[in-house]
Order: sequence, then structure tokens, then C-alpha cells
Amino acid sequence: KDYKTASNDPWEMEYAGRTTAQQREDKPVIHRGWAAQESVVDAWTNEKDCPYTEDKPFTWWRSYRMGGRSILWGRQSYRWSEMDFEANAKDGHGVDWPIRYKDLAPWYDHVERFAGISGSKEGLAQLPDGQFLPPMDLNFVEKMVADRIKKNYKGDRHLFIGRVANLTSAVANRSNCQYRNRCWEGCPYGGYFSTQSSTLPAAVATGRLTVRPDSIVTQLLYDKDLKKATGVEILDTVDNKTYQYKSKIVFLCASSLNSTWVLMNSATDIWPEGLGSSSGELGHNVMDHHYNLGAHGQVEGNLDKYVYGRRPNGFYIPRFTNLGNDKRSYLRGFGYQGGANREGWQRDVAELSIGAGLKDALCEPGNWSIGATGFGEILPHHDNRIYLDQRLYTADGKITTDASKGKMKTDKWGLPILAMDAELKDNEKAMRVDIVKEIKEMLESSGVKNIDTWDNGHNMGHGIHEMGTARMGLDAKTSVLNKWNQVWDAQNVFVTDGASMTSSACQNPSLTYMALTARAADYAISELKKQNL
Amino acid sequence: MERRELLKYIALATGGTMIGGELFMLSGCKSDATVDTSKSLLSVEQILMLDEVGEIIIPTTDTPGAKSIGIGAFMHKMVRDCYSKEDQNVFLDGIKILNDRSEKENKVSIIKASAEQRLSTLNAIDQEARKYMNAKKEEDPTHYFTMMRQLTILGYFTSQAGATQALRYVKVPTKYDGSLPYKKGDKAWA
Repeated sequence: KDYKTASNDPWEMEYAGRTTAQQREDKPVIHRGWAAQESVVDAWTNEKDCPYTEDKPFTWWRSYRMGGRSILWGRQSYRWSEMDFEANAKDGHGVDWPIRYKDLAPWYDHVERFAGISGSKEGLAQLPDGQFLPPMDLNFVEKMVADRIKKNYKGDRHLFIGRVANLTSAVANRSNCQYRNRCWEGCPYGGYFSTQSSTLPAAVATGRLTVRPDSIVTQLLYDKDLKKATGVEILDTVDNKTYQYKSKIVFLCASSLNSTWVLMNSATDIWPEGLGSSSGELGHNVMDHHYNLGAHGQVEGNLDKYVYGRRPNGFYIPRFTNLGNDKRSYLRGFGYQGGANREGWQRDVAELSIGAGLKDALCEPGNWSIGATGFGEILPHHDNRIYLDQRLYTADGKITTDASKGKMKTDKWGLPILAMDAELKDNEKAMRVDIVKEIKEMLESSGVKNIDTWDNGHNMGHGIHEMGTARMGLDAKTSVLNKWNQVWDAQNVFVTDGASMTSSACQNPSLTYMALTARAADYAISELKKQNL
Repeated sequence: MERRELLKYIALATGGTMIGGELFMLSGCKSDATVDTSKSLLSVEQILMLDEVGEIIIPTTDTPGAKSIGIGAFMHKMVRDCYSKEDQNVFLDGIKILNDRSEKENKVSIIKASAEQRLSTLNAIDQEARKYMNAKKEEDPTHYFTMMRQLTILGYFTSQAGATQALRYVKVPTKYDGSLPYKKGDKAWA
């Protein structure tokens, strides 16, 4: 099992949860954020073996192993709404989505039931309800703040428990969440949705699954006469040999940017920029959710209340801007995720320096504090792009055009690497100002004291919601995929992960990827049966 | 490293598995200088001295103190493997400065001083460290005593004795209660 530390006690960790100087040097990208922890640092991709170029800062969180980032995900699971699918058509940014909410709604139902999403029904147009397991609980202080927000904003703003892919009652052979909050180490109870806990067992049960770990898909095999893919070529990273696998259909779900990387490396004899590049949009319109900003403050009193259990979830505040009569200077919107808790021994007790007083104080919980982080929509900008880095670099890293002086950067296996050229633009920057202002106001008016706000800027990718680069659309001239996630130029190739997204909305996107995948798979099977593929 | 973001994230991390992150971030997590982990950074005497320093910071009360969990060895391991070169140097210099101070004030090194002498010297240094940390610029190094204090707190509360005796630890809570009655004196969760 990969779940090396999942049943350890905290004191069994070598470095009390921290990473070493060597690990910081080996994996600088993952150390830009909070994700580098002793228990999971090995699960993040080896950055020396798998480099990428940052024309502009781009923080790419990768986990190349069985189950990938499905083990290391935040599990927040929200539907998109009608207004999200209409947004591009209405304000003219990006191309129109080829589908609407009604096309995806039954597939949201399907994947919610399969994955097991706990949450509360709120009846909000901007965040449709779904097939939920019973919700987890807000704690005492969160409920208090939720009530105050409801009253202060006359029912227009909402704070409720996060909708999360952690089971609150058993689903299939999986046990409910045990409130350990150690999901990232892999859950021995199958308490949350991951490849290992959910889809892999289901696939194994069909008796028709073959898994080929330690492999990199290097390209799709494309037949220009049939105008179809005939299979994939892989590189076995253990024996360093390539193998070909034939198939009637191919689903690409390699995570957003890597699915596009595979397309860029495929059928290059016909399209030098790769399969799907005839639209001129392959690699373009990369999006993310911008975050790294929010507010935090103290809640006085309520010291007769505490919590029991480590809830792997917090609260959610759904979008409220540019809805109904609300109009802002920027387009679209944002939501917040956060939580309240009593401070632990990590707090600094300023009045007690050292000794028994300090110890006694830290052995008791501190005051209540509450905080929230914003997640904002990023528009699809054509010039926010990724591409294969085919430039020549000299030994000291300078770009050269002289082939005798430089060479292409590749990964450990000699494969081409991606270059990232994307940034926040004016709409996102204007939204960021508002994200901080609004949460401060909401907390302040709810009686939260000593509020501290922060905005640390945002590298693209840092939101871990990278999407776009092979978008769906209505027209083969402006999009890479059609309304069934088929590559326009090879209709037996389906790309159903984040690469296919036409806009980003502000909700955590994984549930939408799952619904798109289930819908496309159902369609592919029916088309196969009709012998259309 | 975005310390501020991490601080906030931990503060609002809803279950609190980010063990000691906040403390750690305040000390050595800034530079990426490689550390040679093959050799011992501190002598046995220095580790024993850190045991005594840790015991002053988190003393034995009705629950075990930091010395009993081997805080000196913990500090050694963390400084050796996790600290940047720059922070290591600050820490190593700090050990010397501490002893010099004790020699000056108590006429003996830390390890030979009485518990009262140690407390008096370390209390004074702790006040100086606080003053320094509040006034220092972002790029200035962390005070060596702030490092020792933070490592002691981190090591102690993540140790078995710290988690299960000083605090309350439930390995598998199985449920969540967001409105648990609390009275002064009840221990915090590990």
C-alpha cells in the first residue's frame, strides 16, 4: 500500500510533520505553498526528473503515481449552475459552452451518488443542490457567524458547511469518515473519494481492467486515413522501452495540462502543433482559481464551547457578486472557504514567556478564531497559454538559437517539457481587491474582532485548479473539443478532465470533471454500440 | 516561502493536522541551502545542554517536561536536517552565546547552573528575543532563543507524552461535535 503513514501516531513522524532542507531543495515548487508536509512530501512529483519552464511564475502541483492527485485533493465538491455555463456567451469572454446545466445535471446526480458527497441543501440558483449524504456540522461559532451573516445581508449571503467527498454514511464497501483529518495520507477506511477507494475497485470488479503503472503516454497513435486514433504509445519508465496499445476509443484524463501535453505530442506529422491544434486554441486559455487572499480574526467569548473530532471540512460562502441586482466593476464572482476553531498549542502566548505558566496555558485551548480564503474566477484569456518548450538552452540556462551551443530541455526520459506563460489580468486583479474587502466586512459586521486581511498575490496554478488548454466549444475553428468532449479532429478521442473546461466559474471544479467524464463515457459506449466510432 | 499565507491557512485549517507548522515557519524554512546530514552537528554536551534549556521552557509539572522526551536530541535533528545553513549558524552561535551569558551571570555554564540560575538567565534572554523579533526586519535572521523555544514547543507537543499526557489525543475520533461543553482546565486536543 501507498498509505505509509496513514495509521501512524503523530510522534512516529521523524520531523514532527516538517520537511527537510534536502526536500526543500529537491521540490522547490511544492514548497511554495502549504502542501509540503512530511507525511506526503514523497507523493509529490520529483521536480528534478520532471521540470517545466516558467516564462511567467506558475505553480504546478503534481503527483505522478497510481491515483495521482485524487489522493491529494481538497474534496470540496460543488455543482456549477446555469449562469456559469451561460457566462461566456453573455459577456463575450471565451467561446460559448456547448452544453448547459440541464445537460450535466443527471451526470452530477450520478457521480455524487457514486463518489458520496455530503452536504446541505440550500436552494440557491448559483450553487445547485445535489444528491447529498447528510451534511457535516458547522461548529458553534460558525453557526453563530452564519446566522449573523444571514441577518446582516437580509438573506442574500450564505455560510454553510462545505459539500465534501467525505462519507457521512457508508457507500458501497466504504466506511464513513472517521474525523481523523488525515485524508492526504490515504484513508484506510475509504472515507473519501479517491481512485483507490472508489473507481479502481469498481473497475476491478468488471474483470476487464488492466492497469499499467510506471508508464508515460508519449503520444496517441493517429491514423490519418481513418481520421481516428488507433491507440496509444507509452514509455515504460522502468525498462525505458516503448509499447503500443491499440484501442477503439481513447479517454485522456491525465490532469489538465498533461492531457494537453499528450495531444501536443500526437499526430505532429499532420499538425506540427499536435492533435487538436487545428483550432489554434490547443494550449491556450489556461485558467485556475486565484486565491492566496482572505481574512482572519478573533471571536470573543464562547469559552464554554469546544469541538470534538478533526473535521476534514470547513464552511463555504457561495458567490454573491454579479448576481441579480448586484453589479460590480469586474465580471463574474468568487466564493470563500474557511473555518472557525479554538487555537491550539501552536499559538504564541505573548504574555507568558517560558516555564510552567507557558506550558499550562498551551495545554488548554485558546480563544476562538475564524478565517476564510477566497477562490475567484479567472477568465479564459487566449494569450494565457502553455506550449512545448522547444527552445535551445545553453549550459547556464540562457536561450540561444545556435544549435551548437544549446539544447532542448527535456524530462528524465528525454521527453519534451511544457512552458507556462500565463498571468492574472485586470478583471482578476479588480476582483481580488473586492474579495478581501467583502470578507472583512462580512466578518466585521458579524462581530469578529482584530481582523487581519491578506493578499499574497497569485501565481497561476497555485489554486491547484488549473484548467482549460483544450476547451470544449460549438465550433471546430475555435475549440479543441465538441460538446461530447471529443477532439474535433479525432472523434474517438475524448478529453474529459480540466483541460476541457471552457470557463472556470469559481466553484471547485473536480465534481464537474467527474460529471463530464461520466457523461462522455456513456455517450462513447452508446456510439460504439451504434458503430459510429 | 509564503509564511503569512501558511500562518493563515493553519489558523483556519479546520481540523488542525498541520502539526507545528506555525512555529516551524517562524524559524528555519526560508532558504534552500543544502545541509550535510551525514554528520552530527552538535556534541553530546551541547545536546544535554539543550535538554536543560528545553526543560526550563517546558518544565516537568504534573505531566512530563521537555527533557524527559529528549528535547535536545529533537532540536539537534531538526536543526541538522530541516534548518537552512544560515539558520543553523544562528542556532550554533546561540548555544555559545547562551553559555557565555551563563558564565558571566552565574559563573558556570548552563549545564552546571542551578535550575534557578538557568530560569533567570533564560527569562532575560527570552525578553530580549521578543524585543528583537518584534523590531526586526523581515530579512533579518530569527533570534536563536526564539528557535529554541519554538523547537521545544513543537517537539514537546508532538511527542507521545506531550500529546497524550499534557494534551488529550484521540487517534480515531469517529465523529464530530461542534458544540462540545468546555470548562476551564479541560485539556486541548493534540
